[in-house]
Amino acid sequence: MAQEAIIETPNPETGGGAPDGADDGVRRRDFINIAAVSFAGIGGVAALYPLISQMAPSADVLAESSVEIDIASIQPGQSIKAVFRKQPVFIRNLTPPEMAEARKVSVDSLRDPETLGQRTKPGKENWLITMGVCTHLGCVPLGAAAGEVKGEFGGYFCPCHGSHYDTAARIRKGPAPTNLEVPEYVFNSDTVVKIG
Amino acid sequence: MSFPWANHYQPKAPLMRWLDEKLPLPRFVYNAVGAGYPVPRNLNYFWNFGVLAGFMLVVQILTGVILAMHYAPNALVAFDSTEHIMRDVNWGWLLRYGHANGASMFFVVVYIHMFRGLYFGSYKAPREMIWLLGVVIYLLMMATGFMGYVLPWGQMSFWGAKVITGLFSAIPLIGTPLQEWLLGGFAPDNAALNRFFSLHFLLPFVIAAVIILHIWALHIPGSSNPTGVEVKSESDTVPFHPYYTAKDGFGLGVFLILFAFMVFFAPNWLGHPDNYIPANPLSTPAHIVPEWYYWPFYAILRAFTADFFFIPAKLMGVMAMFGAILLLFFLPWLDTSPVRSGKYRPLFRKFFYLLLVDVFILGWMGGLPAEEPYVMISQIASIYYFAHFLIILPIVSSIERPEPMPFSITEAVLGKDDKAVLAPPGSAPAPAA
Amino acid sequence: MVRIFGILAGLFFVAALSWSLATGAYTAITEPASPTAEHEFYKHPKHLALASDGVFGKFDNQQIQRGFQVYKEVCAACHSLRLVAFRDLTQLGYNEAEVKAIAASFQVPGVDPNTGEANTRPGLAIDYFPKPYPNDIAARAANNNAIPPDLSLMAKARHDGAAYVYSLLTGYQAQPAKLLKEFPDSKTGPGLHYNPYFPNLNLAMAPPLSGPGQVTYGEGNPQPTVDQMAKDVSAFLVWTAEPKLAKRHQTGWPVLLFLIVLTGLAYLAYQNVWRDKKH
Repeated sequence: MAQEAIIETPNPETGGGAPDGADDGVRRRDFINIAAVSFAGIGGVAALYPLISQMAPSADVLAESSVEIDIASIQPGQSIKAVFRKQPVFIRNLTPPEMAEARKVSVDSLRDPETLGQRTKPGKENWLITMGVCTHLGCVPLGAAAGEVKGEFGGYFCPCHGSHYDTAARIRKGPAPTNLEVPEYVFNSDTVVKIG
Repeated sequence: MSFPWANHYQPKAPLMRWLDEKLPLPRFVYNAVGAGYPVPRNLNYFWNFGVLAGFMLVVQILTGVILAMHYAPNALVAFDSTEHIMRDVNWGWLLRYGHANGASMFFVVVYIHMFRGLYFGSYKAPREMIWLLGVVIYLLMMATGFMGYVLPWGQMSFWGAKVITGLFSAIPLIGTPLQEWLLGGFAPDNAALNRFFSLHFLLPFVIAAVIILHIWALHIPGSSNPTGVEVKSESDTVPFHPYYTAKDGFGLGVFLILFAFMVFFAPNWLGHPDNYIPANPLSTPAHIVPEWYYWPFYAILRAFTADFFFIPAKLMGVMAMFGAILLLFFLPWLDTSPVRSGKYRPLFRKFFYLLLVDVFILGWMGGLPAEEPYVMISQIASIYYFAHFLIILPIVSSIERPEPMPFSITEAVLGKDDKAVLAPPGSAPAPAA
Repeated sequence: MVRIFGILAGLFFVAALSWSLATGAYTAITEPASPTAEHEFYKHPKHLALASDGVFGKFDNQQIQRGFQVYKEVCAACHSLRLVAFRDLTQLGYNEAEVKAIAASFQVPGVDPNTGEANTRPGLAIDYFPKPYPNDIAARAANNNAIPPDLSLMAKARHDGAAYVYSLLTGYQAQPAKLLKEFPDSKTGPGLHYNPYFPNLNLAMAPPLSGPGQVTYGEGNPQPTVDQMAKDVSAFLVWTAEPKLAKRHQTGWPVLLFLIVLTGLAYLAYQNVWRDKKH
């Protein structure tokens, strides 16, 4: 089909009953046309690459993809809202009763079964670090700042559609499908955590 | 209109037949730039530049729309957002250099296209409308290019905006209010930058629309050709596709090599260092010049240094600069010679080459500081520019004795034309078929 | 009709231009432009060869690191580099820990988290190089009424920028006796320094480079002479002005080669299509 598209004009050599020798020449010539058009196609596709990849996060945005946070001043029972990738992240220093309450819950009864231990780092189970983004439709739940409603389970409460999270930020009631997401993080030291 | 022997669109596949009934777009393309458009067989490489200009418009719109995704038209951040594109955006440097050099390449191509039209008399009947629309495109391009150069908000951007809008202040009575209205202030600032950005985004689409009219007008008489003799028979033409698609493809390849070299290896060669200094309303660069493609007209603007009777030099310069472009609108009626192509016009040909050199000199002078002897050279070159179009062409076209022309395109190509009778030498060519 | 109006308009423009030309010529003869000191004694930048020159140019990271050291220890006292972030230094071969340490050695503007007052804090990799002065007025006040320009784009913001920086840094000298004789009014003023590579010959910046001892280059590097430091800092400024230069060259060659092959094929296809049509 491609050959036909390229050579549409009357061509004495292809006009039927050409001798065998001439036929070979024609095939070689058609090959050149096809090669030129295919090469141009390859070039066109290659040119699309920068046009598409320019929309991916730029270098300055990627540079902010990890953040170090000083947590020394967060007392047990307090929490802070930090910013990670332009979204809120909740860092909460759990009190022993809050941890006990989180451990008490039967994991099998949860919508998204996870233990407190799975959601924190070993030895630092009092540090609950989660994204402050409701897994339902992306609102910021309440409960991180002092004086905010913590919901029926003492964790976080999303006012948009009424999702309640417990003290391990697990979904307990309301429309959210999963627990608040735990981002990747490491403790650089006892007082500095690196998220991302 | 097309010639009676043009190929007819005959879709074979059922899908294409269905489409042809519902929306005959393939038929339209086939007749416009496909096998259904018969074109003189003797077009030379200068006829490649129309397609190249269209290609450059597409490149500019594509890269421009993308740059607008990352650029911020606010005087506080415009410069930094341009550098953000250069440093942080993925392939941003390629897109920006492509767009900046693309503007230059677009003008290179369009200037060659225009001089081709001037030499081969493509502006003459029955193709006046094509020429007029072309001049409109050229004016739109100049406006678009100027506003685009303002956007990075460097020193040249700022002072360019100030000087060019300052031209309007030369108009008696309404000048200063007009300049303030254009800028939305007393000097270029946010208001000006925002409106220039908006219009810089809009105008290319207006250009695209006028190009459609330009090509539409072209398809009524059909393409001109180097002999200037109109198409007479089928043997004079070949179908646009595959003959000219193949030739344009090769031309595009050569052009892209040059374009790529500029973008990758000399991206700032046509730019100006001062535009890498952020705009500073309190300090003018030592030597301000517009982009190179305005230099000939900038030289004409600066050539008027003395008041002429009651007309101030500044107003005279502005009138002359706009006049130098607007006179192109009258060209089809200034040059009344019945012979189109410069190939058969010995006297016209000499003046054409003189004009070519003259415009080069004007461009060269336009890029230099306003000092002697450059100003005097600009004045002499400007005199020739106006004299060429307004005085010499009308006179030459009435006194010149053209050289003998071939009877037909076929004869010009093959040396003989079996079907044709040779026209007696010196006689006027037959009117367009 | 158009022709008559055209000829009249043409004569009008030609007359106005001839009048300008005659006036200009008369002025040029009666009042010839007097020469200026800048015109006679200004020198074009000296030749400077860097690894980044030419179509095959790429960065010499070792030299640029030395240049960065000169910037950090000498230039940064007065000149900002506001478009460059510490994170960009990874392109010069510094690893993440080194970049972090460099960033932390700079104090950048911050906000006291308890009082909200402006203060400074150690820089992070994502921060940009801090400005030495809070604003232009402070910069002017501290520098004899001249603002030290930002250096990020200096290599592109002057003609032959890298060579200009190199020439300026090495070009300080006493005012030539010939200049003082010809232009007695052009004596370099107080607080200014004669430099023939600066467009108006007199520069507010005192010679910044003094020679060995000013900076200490690491093992395996050349002696930090004034000439060497000037070269290195110019190389560094080429990088700050165009960090994508090497990538641009690297991308350019394959693109160009591809286009040449494509154009060759397109030429053959063109000949092929036209082979039985004379034109």
